[in-house]
Amino acid sequence: MRGVEDALRAAVPRVLGALTRRYGDFAACEDAVQDALVEATRIWPEEGLPDNPNGWLYRVASRRMIDRIRGDEARRRRESVAAAQEVPAEAAGHDDTLTLLLLCCHPALTPASQVALTLRAVGGLTTGEIARAFLVPEATMGPRISRAKGKLVGARFTPPPEHERPQRMRTVLRVLYLIFNEGYTASAGERLQRRDLASEAIRLTRMLREDVPGDGEAAGLLALMLLTESRTAARESSDGALIPLDEQDRRLWDRGLIAEGTRLVEDAMLSSELGPYQLQAAIAALHVERDDAADTDWAQIAVLYRILNRLDPAPMVTLNRAVAVGMSEGPRAGLDLLRELETTLNRHHRFHAVRGFLLDRAGDREAAREAYLLAARTTASLPEQRFLRRRAEEVG
Amino acid sequence: MKFLLIMNVNPKVLDALTEEEQAMIGSGHGDFMNEITASGEMISTQALSDPSASVTVKAADGVPTATDGPFVEAKEFIGGYYLVDVESKERAVELAKKIPDATIPGLGIEVRQIMFEAGSEM
Repeated sequence: MRGVEDALRAAVPRVLGALTRRYGDFAACEDAVQDALVEATRIWPEEGLPDNPNGWLYRVASRRMIDRIRGDEARRRRESVAAAQEVPAEAAGHDDTLTLLLLCCHPALTPASQVALTLRAVGGLTTGEIARAFLVPEATMGPRISRAKGKLVGARFTPPPEHERPQRMRTVLRVLYLIFNEGYTASAGERLQRRDLASEAIRLTRMLREDVPGDGEAAGLLALMLLTESRTAARESSDGALIPLDEQDRRLWDRGLIAEGTRLVEDAMLSSELGPYQLQAAIAALHVERDDAADTDWAQIAVLYRILNRLDPAPMVTLNRAVAVGMSEGPRAGLDLLRELETTLNRHHRFHAVRGFLLDRAGDREAAREAYLLAARTTASLPEQRFLRRRAEEVG
Repeated sequence: MKFLLIMNVNPKVLDALTEEEQAMIGSGHGDFMNEITASGEMISTQALSDPSASVTVKAADGVPTATDGPFVEAKEFIGGYYLVDVESKERAVELAKKIPDATIPGLGIEVRQIMFEAGSEM
């Protein structure tokens, strides 16, 4: 039933866009489209895909809206019913993905609400599916989505003013990346239900990119996701243990994704303004371009991290740069860089893991072991903890 | 990310509360539950019975053996918890501050992140 599901989910943003443009009330329209989806999931597998799936969904959702309006204002709107049953041309063709994404990632919402609403209104997932993906009960996810929609009452279904657009686009990209990471970092036991989030994030980012082909950062984010996703098959052993990049079996990497991601980021960097996602994608591309981990161009990676830190300063960027500097200029140079992070990151496990790695390379095995053990104690991920404990044993 | 907001209680402190304070705690928990349910952050909450009724099972000569009483001889015990799903550790701490117990000297809330879970129907 993959075909039905794909057709359904691809139709959601178009139908919701057309419906919201007609009735204005985003929250109610979103409910109506969900109802239509549920009905389609019931009917389509039995009766087959309708000739015009978008039109079918639009008609059913539109009927819901009319029922609702009738309930609200009995007779006054009845005359508009006939007109509403006609499917506007835009439900068939016009793509509202970008406008919908901008609305779901509205700055009045918390990141968790932006993520949930995006998955429902643009991704076409049900509340139950989203709840399962985030490992919370439906009773937790339902109010989160309702509250988000409640905050959007009165928000217009039009793109934001031009001066707000860059900031709003950044939020959209961040939400898509959050969804991707939620899926990508899922640990072994959770993998089956959560891996789908990574593919869903890629699907949504592809849709976004089609809407804004000239946006270098949308391209950069898609490239970053594809290049990260390309290593999925190699990053975990059969018993669920994490395998670090330099120990992965590179034959398991997905060459198609690597080629597509690399081409995307190269094109974006040539044709548009440089941005953080393009830089991260370029770094990811450097990590997967060689057949042997020992040939990795760490000097180039260190340069890119330095530019990234200037563009979008963050302690995590400095931390990653310390690894690259440690690999290209020697572990002591990397450890020197870590010193400036002592106050900001010393409760974060990644800081201690990197410190352990660099101390080990510098030959200070006892300090390396302690740093790895401290990292193992501070992480909240079980596979990561096992990995860090193993590292501590290996150096000690 | 999920956190357990663990409510540590001292039974002596609880016994010494005035009626108004008890009522304040009761309605405060009600308000807190409503608030985090509406925000989509609440997963579950449980309150535990008094530790004097506990039975502790631990090894005696390598054999699991049951004895009456709590595991640790202490003045404070776990009185209950809230399991929440929140944006960040900062938000978890912010929520812990809203629990009425946080305003009573001698009671307190420990905020600990969840690392692994299984068995719950999600």
